[in-house]
Amino acid sequence: MDAFAAAFAAAGDLILSADAGLVEIIALSLEVSLIAVGLSALIGMPLGGLIALATFPGRRAIIVVFNALMGLPPVVVGLVVYLLLSRSGPFGVLDLLFTPTAMIVAQVILVLPIIVSLTRQILEFLWIDYRETLRSFGATRIQCLATLLWDGRFMLVTALLAGFGRAIAEVGAVMIVGGNIDHLTRVMTTAIALEASKGELALALGLGLILLAISLVLNVLAQSLRSLGETWSLA
Amino acid sequence: MKELDIFPLELHRAGLSMGGKRVLKDIDCQIGARPQKTFVIGPNGAGKSLFLKLCHGLLQAEEGTVHWGGVAGKDARLAQAMVFQRPVMLRRSALGNIDYALRLRGIARAERRDRTEALLKRTGLGHLAKVSARALSFGEQQRLALARALAFTPLVLFLDEPTASLDPAAAHLVEDIIEEAAVDGTKVIMSSHDLGQAQRMADEVIFLHRGRIKEFRIASDFFAAPKNDLARDFLEGKPLWWRRRSIYRNGGAK
Repeated sequence: MDAFAAAFAAAGDLILSADAGLVEIIALSLEVSLIAVGLSALIGMPLGGLIALATFPGRRAIIVVFNALMGLPPVVVGLVVYLLLSRSGPFGVLDLLFTPTAMIVAQVILVLPIIVSLTRQILEFLWIDYRETLRSFGATRIQCLATLLWDGRFMLVTALLAGFGRAIAEVGAVMIVGGNIDHLTRVMTTAIALEASKGELALALGLGLILLAISLVLNVLAQSLRSLGETWSLA
Repeated sequence: MKELDIFPLELHRAGLSMGGKRVLKDIDCQIGARPQKTFVIGPNGAGKSLFLKLCHGLLQAEEGTVHWGGVAGKDARLAQAMVFQRPVMLRRSALGNIDYALRLRGIARAERRDRTEALLKRTGLGHLAKVSARALSFGEQQRLALARALAFTPLVLFLDEPTASLDPAAAHLVEDIIEEAAVDGTKVIMSSHDLGQAQRMADEVIFLHRGRIKEFRIASDFFAAPKNDLARDFLEGKPLWWRRRSIYRNGGAK
């Protein structure tokens, strides 16, 4: 119990002193995860919207596939991206393995199905409400999609949060494609795994506490934004 | 939009099915620009809303044809507007609802501003311009939906029981706006099962029953002496024969 308390105290010291190593790891974690979520949103929200609006053969199958992909095992994604980016792989020439870019690629693959599926669900629900009115306005399909994305923006925060939660907490894929290289690809989750395996509980706990705090703060901010928007628009 | 002539609206043996059930059958009629207000009346489930949506192009006829004076479907649709029984408000202010609808049609900003201000004032919503449309009362939302539809300066305004859920005062305000639109030259095609309202406002009446047009006449003639037995029973407030049968079978009032 004393060791546990000592580890907590040491973690507190690291956080309060803004330890340079700690700050570097946190900054890289946020950079990789935020870029991955941003890219996934850019691709996934319009894609989810199109699936919500369109009727075409195989639509149900596509929905099932994206829903299933939400539970993709991160280590499998890491392995596939590793094989694709390794020197003998089809994208080996890009020399991306063990770089933050490779970690972003792996996280986009993990986050994209979550954003596509949740966006599709949210916009499908909104489309039921809006369909006849927008068609009566003479809106084109692209205009309908843009309207739904804008009017559903506060609900779509949930999709972004879920995606960010998946990205920031993920360890298996980034460990394989990033390699957990100090000052280059070490992020909070891989650092926690490493430090814990070495028995360095202070840094592991400090990072763990910060990881929790980041998730909490982002959720509070997102919920506040959503509540503010809903209060105004009574969504 | 008012320079385009899309009349007459011609339906020839038009039919529609939903869930394997034929909900509109052999609809044959011609609706012209005059008289100004055509009312579609009939009991619940007669197909009034579907009839309006079919005419407006929101539903496609599975049998027969629907033509607007030879004008192509898309052009004809843009000369029309529709207000639904339950107004759907976009998640914007009252002003934003009208402005955005006009923006979708590519109307320039200055023109949008002028039309929006004028219509909010005309519908008595000027003081609520900046309020979230979804925070308005049901009556105010219905007036906003009307303002939004009229902003397109439509040749034809479809109204699907726009006063069905309103209190008498709110319904009166909506009726006034509809009357003004008709005076301004907009053709109004409106469904209602409020017979008092139909008698007050209609110039001609289409009586629908179980997906078929049973009578289509000048309103004064229709209300004075309907030719169709079902229409007569409907005006007298009697259960129509197929309803009567189910009531008797269940041992209800005779």
